[in-house]
Amino acid sequence: MRKGDVCHTTPMRRDIGLRQRYRAEMRFRAYGITAISIGMFFLGVLLWSVFSKGYSAFWQTSLTLNIRFDAAIIDPKNIRDHDSQVLFTANYPLLVRNALAEKLGVPSDDHLALHEVSHMFSSSVRVQLRDLVLGHPQLIGGIQKVTFLASADIDSAFKKQINLAGSETRRKISNRQIEWMHRLSADGSLHRAFNTGLFTLTASNRPETSGLGVALVGSLYMMLIVLVLSLPIGVAAAVYLEEYTHKNRFTDLVEVNINNLASVPSIVFGLLGLAVFVNFFGLPRSTSIVGGLVLTLMTLPTIIIATRSALRAVPPSIRSAALGIGASKTQTVFHHVLPLAVPGIMTGTIIGLAHALGETAPLLLIGMVAFVANYPITPMDPATALPVQIYMWANEAERAFVERTSGAIIVLLVFLILMNIASIVLRRRFERRW
Amino acid sequence: MNPRLKIKMCGSNVKVFYAQKEILHGIHLDIPENRVTALIGPSGCGKSTFLRCLNRMNDTIEGARVTGQILLDEEDIYDPSVDVVELRSRVGMVFQKPNPFPKSIYENVAYGPRIHGLAKSRVDLDEIIEQSLLKAGLFHEVKDRLHDAGTSLSGGQQQRLCIARAIAVRPEVILMDEPCSALDPIATARIEELIDDLRRNYTITIVTHSMQQAARVSQFTAMFHMGNLVEVGTTKTIFTSPGEQRTQDYITGRFG
Amino acid sequence: MSGPSVIFSVLLLGSGGFLVSCGWARIIEARGTRMHSRSHYYGWWTFLIVVIPSLVFFIFWSICTNLYLENKASSSCHTTAGDMAQSCSVLVKMAHDLAHKLVLDDHFRNSQEDHDAVLQNILGKRKILFSLDNKEHIVSIAIEWAQRIKKFHMIGTIITFVLAILSCFVGIFSVSPERRSRNRVECVTVFWLMLASSIVILITVGIVLSMLFQTISFFQSVSLANFFFGTVWDPRFSAVDSEEVVGQFGLIPLLAGTLYIAFIAMLFAIPVGLFSAIYLAEYTVPWLRGIIKPLLEILAGIPTIVYGFFALAVLGPFLHDLSIFLASGHAFIMAQSALTAGLVMGIMLVPFVSSLSDDIITAVPRSLRDGSFGLGATQSETIWRVILPAAFPGIVASLLLTASRAIGETMIVVLAAGVVARLTINPFEAMTTITVKIVNQLTGDFEFNSPQTLVAFALGMTLLVLTLLMNIVALYVVRKYREQYE
Repeated sequence: MRKGDVCHTTPMRRDIGLRQRYRAEMRFRAYGITAISIGMFFLGVLLWSVFSKGYSAFWQTSLTLNIRFDAAIIDPKNIRDHDSQVLFTANYPLLVRNALAEKLGVPSDDHLALHEVSHMFSSSVRVQLRDLVLGHPQLIGGIQKVTFLASADIDSAFKKQINLAGSETRRKISNRQIEWMHRLSADGSLHRAFNTGLFTLTASNRPETSGLGVALVGSLYMMLIVLVLSLPIGVAAAVYLEEYTHKNRFTDLVEVNINNLASVPSIVFGLLGLAVFVNFFGLPRSTSIVGGLVLTLMTLPTIIIATRSALRAVPPSIRSAALGIGASKTQTVFHHVLPLAVPGIMTGTIIGLAHALGETAPLLLIGMVAFVANYPITPMDPATALPVQIYMWANEAERAFVERTSGAIIVLLVFLILMNIASIVLRRRFERRW
Repeated sequence: MNPRLKIKMCGSNVKVFYAQKEILHGIHLDIPENRVTALIGPSGCGKSTFLRCLNRMNDTIEGARVTGQILLDEEDIYDPSVDVVELRSRVGMVFQKPNPFPKSIYENVAYGPRIHGLAKSRVDLDEIIEQSLLKAGLFHEVKDRLHDAGTSLSGGQQQRLCIARAIAVRPEVILMDEPCSALDPIATARIEELIDDLRRNYTITIVTHSMQQAARVSQFTAMFHMGNLVEVGTTKTIFTSPGEQRTQDYITGRFG
Repeated sequence: MSGPSVIFSVLLLGSGGFLVSCGWARIIEARGTRMHSRSHYYGWWTFLIVVIPSLVFFIFWSICTNLYLENKASSSCHTTAGDMAQSCSVLVKMAHDLAHKLVLDDHFRNSQEDHDAVLQNILGKRKILFSLDNKEHIVSIAIEWAQRIKKFHMIGTIITFVLAILSCFVGIFSVSPERRSRNRVECVTVFWLMLASSIVILITVGIVLSMLFQTISFFQSVSLANFFFGTVWDPRFSAVDSEEVVGQFGLIPLLAGTLYIAFIAMLFAIPVGLFSAIYLAEYTVPWLRGIIKPLLEILAGIPTIVYGFFALAVLGPFLHDLSIFLASGHAFIMAQSALTAGLVMGIMLVPFVSSLSDDIITAVPRSLRDGSFGLGATQSETIWRVILPAAFPGIVASLLLTASRAIGETMIVVLAAGVVARLTINPFEAMTTITVKIVNQLTGDFEFNSPQTLVAFALGMTLLVLTLLMNIVALYVVRKYREQYE
């Protein structure tokens, strides 16, 4: 074949099944997009459902009324000067009921109506007025403007969470109460205010008087314990494994243990806490100290792994440079390598803490599902935690608790998002590439 | 250039940008059919980049952009109507580092024919594989262990496996990006022999760092420098009487 | 002196030793002698030898004396009370509380007499009501106990201080140019580092031992066959009168529920997660990847309790209503069902699968991709035939890790799966899992040594063994196929 001939033959085009192959390609892409959309869709639905149910928990319906502190009701026998007990046990809700009934024009002999009136405000008025009277005994006999919580049903109705159009028998709030509610709202005595109680109140069986106070304190204590214990231990362990040893039996053992611990189900740590800290060491159940210890054990592997990878990212040239000018191994590590790894360690620690903050299962086992009405003073006092409080509220049947639960979830998510943002900012700000 | 030779590929005013940086500044180069064309030049001169333009491998790099025209049999390969998959089935490529897939030797070679549907039957496929391995000079070494992992071969064998893999698709052009840079001299010699054999059926373009290699295997040589094509001509001309001072300097080893 | 103040004083003494040694070393240096180490290392060395031995002793002493006293009190309680061990432990606990309150009380500490008045005062303040007959007895035990605590504490404190002061002098007087203080300090540092890394082993040992002991004592009252092969779960909490009835502790329905729900979850999570990962790694432009990856990370960072609430309050009722709508009035999907739990768990697992697989897919070397593209493969062909096979072992390992997560997941199933232990293949019915039962058995009041409580540890052990097995298999797969990577 002469070379000139080649010029005139156009090469044969082969059929390599392009159309089919491109159709497969498109299908494949479609699968990918579908998968991502499903993930994003559920993220959206999850967040939307929590926020739409929960944002209203940050507002609470309150009533402001002039209340007459009728001495005939508080202290009918007029013995309060020598028996302080009478002020404790007085029928304070009756004061509020009378004030409200008067405002609404309900006759004092219509017992059915009065009963409905007394269901419009929260039973927490008893404690609220009692404390008021105990603090200012001169109020008795006088009139004082007081703001107090509406009952959970009124709160739900006012937030339009109850279908008011439906049949009266199928809802917890009567037509008459609705009418009152509108009247009170029109003249401004019924109003919405920011719900500080959500953050300050403690456990209660009434939704409108239960709050996250104890849970927030408990979670704070536990996070502090986790930070104080797991950071030094975790960093020390990682430094030892990464900088001081060569591969040997011991490091292999530790390595395997770290990897296994990282994947042990969290509930098993709860069992460990129960058997070791509560049963063996005799630490009190339901306390932040036990919770903090259990969470520390869970967080340690995370911090060790993060620290090790941060140390590994420091180039060997830095170590050689320090060793080369006569620094000892320990000086090299603590003066040069560790400071360079700090951003990575911080990021890992924050992520570990965020996990610990959201962890629920082990805390259930060490008894943090407790009805704690008093603020814990020390970590040795009974407390709950934020996620555990969510769990307890989620198990309550009442409508208003769903709102509280979602509100608590929002609080938890806000904390977690703040922590995550902090770790991302740290990573971006200090990230160094060699 | 010899006018009787058919021009297989023809680049005119080829510019390549990575992000905003211009890497190649308008290259005009013809690649004649059934010949070996060597692209030489110092590191970072753009010869590999140009090679990757010839089968649009630059498409896979984020931020790379190619302007100008490259013809393959009178057809612009950067035309939107051209299918890149079909183009690459016609213009195969062998890379600097041997990169066999983590599969058996057989599967490595069978990969191309399989995806392009080139074999009608199992027997057909076996035939293609045997032929490809034979052409790549590897068959006799591996015929008893076709189902061993491709990665278990030595470096030189791996590179020949990659060449066999490229041949199995029956391309018209084979691009080789420093195919011997990771190999020892004996393996290099075998690959060079192989390239010489292959040029009967294929058009070959090879990027190389080694002047000796360019002189040994190629018929035409193009000298690149700083993103420009300095000089192109028959290998004999370039190595005996280069027209440019820079070519002279490079070939005699004054820079590079 | 209270415990914290002892510790504080020892630390103070150590700091004093630090300053003195440091200054002494500087003085020697100023005289022109070349010291082996920088002056602060001499200070640190003194600090360490002051603080470490004395505090170790102090803590050890406190724990030992506590245990000894507890033991002594309970034995004296046994001999005098002589009644049931149960109530005796209650008495000891009361005496313990009382004794510790006595110790903390100022009057008791200052006055040697008049314990009774102090005691009355404390009891009044704490509103502790004694309805027990043997109040006198408890009070006497408590007083004796409190006195012993005082005595032992005093001895311990004195020894601690003597130790600390002695070592302080040793530290200060041993400051000399030849002394290799830096090496010694570094030695201690390294020792502490090693100690910290052995804690990890200690935790594992703790987990295994605590599980093992409780599990063994569980199997002393319940037969192995009852647990492992029983198909009925009915651990009735024994009433006082019917202590003979142990109940049925069949693992099978729980295990079946666990695996079934995990299966449903994986059925959802694997395709969605894997395809997301592939799409993210191979197709998306960087800016979109920069948006979607953080979103998936958010999904991964949401605590499981939130998913549980989502299942309980949103998805469960939705599926229930949907089934009413589909079957025109007959709800064939329960509000709590294996399907709901599995689906929500699947949603939870998607980001795990996708981020693990994403890492593995992007770790496949670029040269393999180039090789495939260079032969004219389309992107999906490259992924299916080159990248996925290369990443396969890694993906299998990550799926195993995800599966072990699904098995150990608690909060979602506690809220969404139900509590009825039932053997069924109908995903629309409520099922229960090992983790749910652990929680059920251990919340509320319980007696630690009853089989109803101990079974939780046996279940936990089963869970631990299951997940560890999966981990080991995952590690094995990765090791076995690692050589296939480059």
